[in-house]
Amino acid sequence: MTATMSYAYAVARDDDDTLARALSGLPGVADAPVHLVRQGEMVVAVSPVPEQDFQESALRAHLEDLEWLESVARAHHRVIGALAERTTVLPLRLATVYLDDERVRQMLDARQEAFAGRLSELTAHTEWGVKIYVETPAATERPAAPPAAADLSPGRAYLSHRRAQRHAREDAYREAEEVARRVEDAARHHAVDRVQHRAQQGELARGPGENVINDAYLVPVGHAEGFRADVLRAAEGLTGVRVEVTGPWAPYSFATPPETEPMKRAAP
Amino acid sequence: MNEPVARRTGDYPSRAGPYGGQGSSANLADILERVLDKGIVIAGDIQINLLDIELLTIKLRLLVASVDKAKEMGIDWWEHDPALSSRAADGYHSLAEENRRLRAEIEALREGDELPPAEDEDEERRPAPRRAARTSRAKRAEPRPRSKRRDES
Repeated sequence: MTATMSYAYAVARDDDDTLARALSGLPGVADAPVHLVRQGEMVVAVSPVPEQDFQESALRAHLEDLEWLESVARAHHRVIGALAERTTVLPLRLATVYLDDERVRQMLDARQEAFAGRLSELTAHTEWGVKIYVETPAATERPAAPPAAADLSPGRAYLSHRRAQRHAREDAYREAEEVARRVEDAARHHAVDRVQHRAQQGELARGPGENVINDAYLVPVGHAEGFRADVLRAAEGLTGVRVEVTGPWAPYSFATPPETEPMKRAAP
Repeated sequence: MNEPVARRTGDYPSRAGPYGGQGSSANLADILERVLDKGIVIAGDIQINLLDIELLTIKLRLLVASVDKAKEMGIDWWEHDPALSSRAADGYHSLAEENRRLRAEIEALREGDELPPAEDEDEERRPAPRRAARTSRAKRAEPRPRSKRRDES
């Protein structure tokens, strides 16, 4: 037997003892079964992880390994998703690790009130991601050079083509601003809070176009369909801009309460 | 690209279907930005939280996060890291290449007297580093006075 530690995924309220069922048979990090550490009505989802992989130095090294990180991140997300299907959860940040379950219980005991308060605020809300992409001419393979006016030399035709390209790109960014405004307006009718993520422009950001807006909205469950439909409508009629909606997510981006006033929801 | 949405009737127990952002097919970038950047931060027994994760996974985070954002915060060392800058280097080279080509063309045009002096000069100067251009564009595309950022915490 290798020594293990306790990996904590999320905090939830489980007053009717139904959450354990949601976790049964679900592989957690390192494919270990997930169980609940309980303190009163509150629970933390936990699974054992090999000590040698999650001690400080090993963990540091592992976090630099994208393959390892992906498998842990997906397992973390899988467990949180399974819980979120049944109840409101407070996701903990990746790799929150305790020496044993008793230490998890102590942590839960010490913070019970704060957790309970935030869980109540998030009850019956889900998170939705909204990304806006600009499909620049470079990215969308427009028909190459416009048929050059007959009286232009090749050199000038080239330059005028370059200028046209640049203008098309500027138009696309202007359209993106317009779409961002419309998304915000649409969202205000449904969402109660927003968090802005960094635009995704790295190697992992797939999909054509350049991501310019990457936001998460907290939406009451009853508003989810309306939110999604209205937000997707924001790009209608604009060809250079794409809106992508992802979700529902567990309220990762809202687990920590905001320091500022929540977004005011407009009267319907 | 948009996966089916979970059918919901407004009550948790009756909710079913894919949850948590498209389940197993969810975009890794979307997952990483949430599980690494968001969620409740509690110092566990293994002290590798917040700052450590911030620092130690920055290479990975840069795969997800905006390079511009990092540059705004003064982080740019990866530009000298060959493992990370290959794409940037390509972009730079192709821009330099393009720049040279344009300059040559303009030169040729001037000699042939087909181009009024300096009319399209900006075309020549313009291929400045791509990042600069991108930053300004990104700013223009962010029309949100009321925005609040919580992702810096």
